[in-house]
Amino acid sequence: MDISTVLRRTGDVVAYLVIAAALVVFLFPLFWIVDTSFKPFSEVFSIPPKFFNFSPTLENYKHVFVTNTEFTTGGTASSVSTGFQHYFTNSIILAATSTALALALGTATAYAFSRFRIKGANDILFFILSQRMLPPVVVIIPIFLLYRQLNLIDTYQGMIILYTTFNLPFAVWMMKGFLDEIPKEYEDAAMVDGYTRLQAFFKVIIPQALPGMAATAVFALITVWNEFVFGLLLTSEVARPAPPFLVSAQTVGGIDWGQIAAASTIFVTPVIIFTFLVRNYLLRGVTFGAVRR
Amino acid sequence: MVKTARPADTPAEGSSAGAASITAIPARRRRFLLTDRWIAFLFIAPTIALLLFIAIFPLIWSLYLSFTNYSVNSPTGPQWAGIQNYLNIFADPSISSFFTITAKFVVESVGLEFIIGFGLALLLMKKFPGRGLAVTLLLTPMMLAPVVVGLFWKFMMSQQFGVLNWFISLTGACTVRVTCPDWLNSYPLTPWSMVIADVWMWTPFMLLISLAGLSAIPRYLYEAAEVDRASAWFKFRHITLPLVWPLLLIALLFRTIDAFKLFDIPYVLTGAGPGDATRTISYHLYDLAFNQYDTGTSCALAYIMLVIVIAIANIYIRYLNRASETARQG
Repeated sequence: MDISTVLRRTGDVVAYLVIAAALVVFLFPLFWIVDTSFKPFSEVFSIPPKFFNFSPTLENYKHVFVTNTEFTTGGTASSVSTGFQHYFTNSIILAATSTALALALGTATAYAFSRFRIKGANDILFFILSQRMLPPVVVIIPIFLLYRQLNLIDTYQGMIILYTTFNLPFAVWMMKGFLDEIPKEYEDAAMVDGYTRLQAFFKVIIPQALPGMAATAVFALITVWNEFVFGLLLTSEVARPAPPFLVSAQTVGGIDWGQIAAASTIFVTPVIIFTFLVRNYLLRGVTFGAVRR
Repeated sequence: MVKTARPADTPAEGSSAGAASITAIPARRRRFLLTDRWIAFLFIAPTIALLLFIAIFPLIWSLYLSFTNYSVNSPTGPQWAGIQNYLNIFADPSISSFFTITAKFVVESVGLEFIIGFGLALLLMKKFPGRGLAVTLLLTPMMLAPVVVGLFWKFMMSQQFGVLNWFISLTGACTVRVTCPDWLNSYPLTPWSMVIADVWMWTPFMLLISLAGLSAIPRYLYEAAEVDRASAWFKFRHITLPLVWPLLLIALLFRTIDAFKLFDIPYVLTGAGPGDATRTISYHLYDLAFNQYDTGTSCALAYIMLVIVIAIANIYIRYLNRASETARQG
């Protein structure tokens, strides 16, 4: 072996070691939360920390849904709901509904920009994109005032309208990217066969665009699912999603980290599953469809 | 192949209306068909209407409020105050210190994310078994909710029972609960804790975009350089860097604007403390508007933030145009 081969081999080994170290660093927090969520109360805070040498329990998961303290009323122990189920259900309702609406409106708008000549198309598209660049705290004050006027604070309707609008720029840009890739000859051929423009859109283009729509929907779902500021400031109880609840749970009567770990695990699991489903679209997703592979 | 979306490049398809007329739909029926023009309008109008209602109208309203002394919880309506709110903000030394805190955070975290993310991407360009899985796993943190990330790190950084201090104590540098650092409540360490959480979450973003940029560089450029016996540094400096730079600038633009808006992590992780050491401008804006109910001033501050975001975007875009110009010539 000459010296350059030795150098290259050493370089490879160092590279793999660094990648392995990076994997450990980036995955450890996730592992640690899941690990903690199965620990009995007494082991959660132990130093040195227990990694695997504890007897796993589902107590923490129970306490996500019903309170830790069990009240004794007339001799029978009864536990009180923490409300997590309510907030978690709200997150599902808000994310699903607003994603469906944003996807429908966004696909239609994207189709128009993809297929028709529209005056000032670039300016309008840029205007749409710029809406997503606004810091949430900047727009939230007037939205708060507007919603207070319209009695939309802490309502499903209010939050759905807000999250739909929040995801619209993303949906338009993503879907425009996908629709641009579908040859227009497809619908031309359909229209020659007697389809109207709308029929061609629904029966030819939409089926072709379904994978793109699915990817866009997943990103929109995750965005709403993870959103915190609007949920915190525009809801209090009825329409409150899970993230503000997760945060408030840590301040009431000390911090039960086992419970928070369990709640976080429940909250994060769907996101990780979805991330794996759209792994090939991640690049498009995080750049609003601007960068494709 | 990396393509940047350029709406102008899409050939306009208005002429396909002509194709529709070839289909010879009886004139009687055609009258009831929607023309392409109407479809375009119906497809675009709801989106624009919603954006005007939720984004533009509130922005105009808050511009007006920024010139008043309005408070959301006072019974009296807004009263005109001219540019007083803006003058107060510029005269307030604490606000400029919050801007400094935010700017430092942006530079430190985006800088580290860039270096680590790009470095890892260079290493990950090698092919090895399990590479795809490794990349996907490395990308997970950026898909999580920032508040949940804040909670993770708050738990791990606890001085009393945090696993982070325990790892440090293994090296013999400190003793847990005695001499180990208080990550969440000490100066100057706590601002760095915020940076650590952000770097953990967003380095994957830089990694993802760097990988895309690197894999788009045509192989033959390197092969040509190897024929000329070019050094590794020469190849990096004259092939790799100029070709990925435009894409990296886009990544930096996204991250800078996002980091500048940072609210969730200080809210959960540090509560803006100790003192005001991690009070980002977004956090202060929230505090001003929803705890102190100083709506007028907070609207003015919001507008200053908005102008800064637009300015950052413009600087990057100008740079980007120059960079892609050089990439094309080089």
